[in-house]
Amino acid sequence: MTQTISLTIDGVAITVVDGTSVAAALSLTSFPAARLSISGQPRPPFCGMGVCQECRITIDGRRRLACQTPCRAGMRVEREAELRSEKHG
Amino acid sequence: MDELRCDIAILGAGPAGLAAALGAAASGRKVTLLDDNPVPGGQIWRDGPGVSLPKTARKLRAAVSENPNIRVLNGARFIACPQPRTLQYERGHDSGILHWRRLILCCGARELQLPFPGWTLPGVTGAGGLQALLKQGLSVAGERIVIAGSGPLLLATAASVRQAGGKVVAIIEQTPLHRALKFGAGLWRWPEKVRQLVGLADYRWRPASQVSAALGDDRLTAVRIRHAGGERELTCDRLATGYGLIPNIEPALLFGCPLTGTAIAVDDYQQTGIPDIFAAGECTGVGGSELALAEGTIAGYAAAGDVARARSGFARRERWRRFARAAESAFTLTPQLGEICTPESLLCRCEEVATGAIGDAPDWYNAKMQHRCGMGACQGRICGAAARWLWGWPLSVPREPLSPTRIDTLANTPPPDNSE
Repeated sequence: MTQTISLTIDGVAITVVDGTSVAAALSLTSFPAARLSISGQPRPPFCGMGVCQECRITIDGRRRLACQTPCRAGMRVEREAELRSEKHG
Repeated sequence: MDELRCDIAILGAGPAGLAAALGAAASGRKVTLLDDNPVPGGQIWRDGPGVSLPKTARKLRAAVSENPNIRVLNGARFIACPQPRTLQYERGHDSGILHWRRLILCCGARELQLPFPGWTLPGVTGAGGLQALLKQGLSVAGERIVIAGSGPLLLATAASVRQAGGKVVAIIEQTPLHRALKFGAGLWRWPEKVRQLVGLADYRWRPASQVSAALGDDRLTAVRIRHAGGERELTCDRLATGYGLIPNIEPALLFGCPLTGTAIAVDDYQQTGIPDIFAAGECTGVGGSELALAEGTIAGYAAAGDVARARSGFARRERWRRFARAAESAFTLTPQLGEICTPESLLCRCEEVATGAIGDAPDWYNAKMQHRCGMGACQGRICGAAARWLWGWPLSVPREPLSPTRIDTLANTPPPDNSE
């Protein structure tokens, strides 16, 4: 009944229920942060509704808000390299 | 870049925007509804894998999508007004200009967030934020969650957490018990709300208490709670905070619409102080979806020139305005909350400016110029509202673009034309 789709986050394939936002999908990775703050602190999605900009992330090469972007099949989501090597690699 | 035209543009597709669109389209006007979320419904009727929308929402969305006079632009963020009577917007892969004759602002509300130690730790989100993320498919099964702040939204978030298999550790409400009880005792006047609230009742609700710190090293592990009897710590995996809702007034400020208090000022017909610009819903004062629907309907009819039908909605609106006033006085924030905003707490999350760093600034302008507070990606949407609550500084007129914008969108912006 529920359809699932596959996308990649930092090159790792994950499968989510259709309609899941990229912000929600981030929590399925080993560390849910979307980006690093200016002093290097990891920041996951916060407001969930497109206001705080904490979840800005690169999706298919463009900077988007993860909380307002639904996952699509084949989508490529990429976080900053520092965040990847520190928490996700 | 697309260039579109309409009779009536509506900014925001929550309950007010959807109702306004149907009202405005009823007399044959061409309506365009612009909204930054992937599908219509706003925050309260946000759709997603974790959602079963109420019947009113499904009916309204279907009516809007079937109406040949209504065009809906989803995922479109309003960024500027480069020429009179326009809205410039950006979407995931393109941008455009919408020309309008009349505009209805239905921009909704956002959560007030107050800074406290540790609120930038992973594991801490907004209360409405957590609810939105759950609707978007976030899994919290088995997680221990503390919900804190003020207002009925905390109970709604707790209900969503339970439904998603999370464990609600406590609901920390700042308002004292006697105020909440007085509000509850008066609810018989709105039986619809009694039914809603009964479904939300939770024995872990704690009045007259506050979260004073989020604790943890690289992510949240516990919270510190303050109440009359002293302080204690609660172990948890997540903390969701929200100190009530505040109207989104930035687009109205850009268009020069006068305010009343923290909301857009409107007359009986939902007309703002600027000709041909109307406003409805939470951006004109927080009151819930029933009030937003009533106001949206009136605004839609009024913007289309159908005065008689607009008037027929006045009584319904008044009934829900009384509810809004009762809720507002029940959950007025105690000044004591200012004490949890310690000098070290980050006020501006984007630029990492501590609350104590701008204590000597005389106003918001100086806080920005001297300390970079509010100069980051959110452009002060979060910290500007916190500073307004802490020090009484009004929100300033925003600069264009209203949100971070791609360079190709800016390159396509038409030159200013002030011939009108």
